[in-house]
Amino acid sequence: MTPQTPDYALQIVNLNKAFGGLSVTQNVSLAMRPGERRLIIGPNGAGKTTLFNQISGDMRPSSGQVKLFGTDVTYLAPYQRAHFGLSRTYQIITLFSGDTLEHNITLGLLGLRPARWQMWRPLSSYGSFATEARRTLDAVGLLHLAAHPVSDIAYGEKRRVELAMALAQKPRVLLLDEPLAGLSNTERSTVKSLIAAIPRQTTVIMIEHDMDTALDLAETVTLLNYGRVIVDGDRDAVIADPRTREVYLGV
Amino acid sequence: MKWIGVALIAASLLLPPFFAGDFYINLASQILIAAIFALSLNLLVGFGGMTSLGHASYLGVAAYVCALLTSRYGFGHGAAAIISIAGTTAMAALFGVVALRATGLGFLMITLALSQVLWGLAYRMSNVTNGDNGVAGLTRPMPFGIPLDSATSFYWFALIVATFAFLMMMIFVLSSFGSSLQGVRDQPRRMAALGFNPWMIRWITFIYAGFWAGVSGLLYVYYNKFIHPTSLSITSSAEALLGVIAGGSGTLGGPVVGAALVLLLKNYASAYIERWNMLLGLVFLFIVLVMPTGIVPGFGRLLTGIRGEPR
Repeated sequence: MTPQTPDYALQIVNLNKAFGGLSVTQNVSLAMRPGERRLIIGPNGAGKTTLFNQISGDMRPSSGQVKLFGTDVTYLAPYQRAHFGLSRTYQIITLFSGDTLEHNITLGLLGLRPARWQMWRPLSSYGSFATEARRTLDAVGLLHLAAHPVSDIAYGEKRRVELAMALAQKPRVLLLDEPLAGLSNTERSTVKSLIAAIPRQTTVIMIEHDMDTALDLAETVTLLNYGRVIVDGDRDAVIADPRTREVYLGV
Repeated sequence: MKWIGVALIAASLLLPPFFAGDFYINLASQILIAAIFALSLNLLVGFGGMTSLGHASYLGVAAYVCALLTSRYGFGHGAAAIISIAGTTAMAALFGVVALRATGLGFLMITLALSQVLWGLAYRMSNVTNGDNGVAGLTRPMPFGIPLDSATSFYWFALIVATFAFLMMMIFVLSSFGSSLQGVRDQPRRMAALGFNPWMIRWITFIYAGFWAGVSGLLYVYYNKFIHPTSLSITSSAEALLGVIAGGSGTLGGPVVGAALVLLLKNYASAYIERWNMLLGLVFLFIVLVMPTGIVPGFGRLLTGIRGEPR
């Protein structure tokens, strides 16, 4: 697209968001290099999901900028950002519960293709979508459930469908909002290895409370509290920082 | 099993003209017209999650435009039909921009308000619309020189249009755009994050639904050879909405069954009971209690239950 590779996949510049007198994002500036694995931590109410919502476009910031690969996307709608290669998952599972797993993934594929406007051809006649959707389901170990409606499958499996739907889009920047929330230990390690296997073309930014699992996946860590960036940098430096202990680890 | 069903439906549509009396054939024509109207509303309500209480606007405006053009301004039927459908579709595009500023209840109220404005205009602008007297003395078109004045010939005409409309709307719903629409109905936020433009998808559907409602309005005015402001009223919109919900919103057969039910109740019950609206209400109460998702899905579930298949 752009002639030279931009330095940053995602850049956030002086972002502010306030609901009336309540500041939920305060002067946040962050920059992620292409292919980076970034973990965002912070106590409940630190403004992590609010930050995600501003990156994805679900929420308009009060001031500041969001840039994707050097392009200012602050005023673009969520669907336009998706076409810039941004994809996300939700903390609260947001799937099409009456539809089959295959259809869910197919919608993920359809979203970025012109065929989504096609009014003549039945969706079922697109063999390539079915093949690709099944390949994606296979990659997350759910191919055997492809024909089942989402409402039939277990919670842990739904978490993997959330992930698969985003991965099907082959995003350049992927936002994962608590991908491990509510999972058992076995399921955790499954999802962990899935996240670890995401190709390097994708920049991954993840919110996660389970530090034991998530820290292994991260290269850089950002600690938020009260909507502010408290510490930001390499994983080990952030963990060792006394402010991290104070705010998050509670030691 | 599926083919038996198709054969039964085909027989019930094709055989009536050969043995039924004019009264029943006319009733069947009315059902076909109401079915097109309900199907178009179902695109919004059932497949788009946009509950509209102003869909009669498109039926009424198409009917009025055609009636006025042919009776007052000396247009031929062909030109009048094209102008009225094109005008109605353009109006849907405009109304869609206004109504789709909101979703849910807000959307419902805006569609209601817009249709009430048109209803008021039809009543008050009596120098153009002839007000409460309606526009009478209209004629039916003669497609390819075939007169449609007999009950049977009009039935065939309505059946051809209705079948075409049904197929077109079926193709629309089953297409990948139809999947986009149903996705936006279920999870608008997720769909936007996946790259779909929810507003545009809703707007296009709104226009398409307006177009088919316009087609039903054209048939409506051909059938009645008369048009009155009541066809633009909230009652007209609400009856179609009741039909869609009773038959099963979000299914293809539901609106057809629902529209038939409303018309049958209206025609039969009103002959015996003065307050037939009360009976209509009771019947709908019964349907909603026994088959909350509507008649078609309800019977579908009943059949799979009888055959012992897993749901």
